[in-house]
Amino acid sequence: MARVLRDHGRVQHDVPTQLAAPAPARAPATRRQQITAGVRDSFSAGLGIFPLGIALGLLVLQAGLPWWLAPALSMSAFAGSLELLLVGMLATVTPLAAVAVTVLVVNFRHVFYAFSFPLHLVKNPLAKAYAVYAMIDEAYAVNASLPAAERSAPRLLAMQIACQTYWVGGGLVGVAIGSALPAPIKGLEFALCALFTTLTLDAFRSRREIPSVLLAGASVAFALVLTPGVAMFTALLLFVGLLLARHALAARRSAQEAADA
Amino acid sequence: MPSTAYLIAVLAIVFTITLALRAVPFAVLRTLRDSAIVQRLSVWMPVGILAILAVTALHGTIAAEPRATLYALLAVAVTVGTHLAFGRRTILSVGIGTAVYVLLVNAF
Repeated sequence: MARVLRDHGRVQHDVPTQLAAPAPARAPATRRQQITAGVRDSFSAGLGIFPLGIALGLLVLQAGLPWWLAPALSMSAFAGSLELLLVGMLATVTPLAAVAVTVLVVNFRHVFYAFSFPLHLVKNPLAKAYAVYAMIDEAYAVNASLPAAERSAPRLLAMQIACQTYWVGGGLVGVAIGSALPAPIKGLEFALCALFTTLTLDAFRSRREIPSVLLAGASVAFALVLTPGVAMFTALLLFVGLLLARHALAARRSAQEAADA
Repeated sequence: MPSTAYLIAVLAIVFTITLALRAVPFAVLRTLRDSAIVQRLSVWMPVGILAILAVTALHGTIAAEPRATLYALLAVAVTVGTHLAFGRRTILSVGIGTAVYVLLVNAF
């Protein structure tokens, strides 16, 4: 109850900056609209997540592992690429230390998401914990492509819950049809690539973004040539390194301007 | 088949490390929120991270099916074209791009 009141207070407080339309929406409707918008945000991610979930369920059965591992992985790891990788490691009983190192390297990218993931919007501690736990690539990406004024806690959480539902649901469907289906449809995993491509276009809102895109492009090209096995890991580290250099340059330039003035 | 104890140990390790990687940076950044460097990085990072995700996802698709490299590049072009031509409707762009790739990969 307290949270509802607080949220309404915040929503009303934000109205002048949030709405360009002359007639502001009523607060209770706004909350529901935000949840609807969040579920709608999740659909495009779901196109990629659901088939991947099915692939996970099929893989678990093919590897001779118990069916419950598909939903269990989607709860404990909740990171698509890692879960598919883990199935193979579990089937061959990889030592626990090797599993730990793999998880650390593959998921290290999430460290950088904290810089721009709008966790401050979420006030309820439980909801906050869930938002952090469910900060998968797709959730980060879908959110990053939204204008800041359109983000809100209900919208963010609705999208994240929907995404996890697609994962767990897809995994269960994969397990269920595991023996019935002769072969999974090839090529569906392209949906993830298409999703990230459209979200990059949406995040590219002004010419000010050009330096970041160029630095990211250079980082990923270098990483693909140098370390194709862990390209994303290397690319993100390089990208952050280049941004730090850019920051040093920008700081020096503004110090110089201040001195000239 | 691996023992249930082993499977549960793996699930516990995976859960702990994944959650820590997602949670600890928030705790660290909370104390640094006002610093110029954190503010600059939070503006500069998203579009670059998305571009890196897009390229590595494309690389993963190509690595899984090297003979379909041309189809993958064509499907990316279709996705971008659809997105820019039909009012940036993500589901439509992702749906059409994926359909093109699935059709090409399974037909040839």
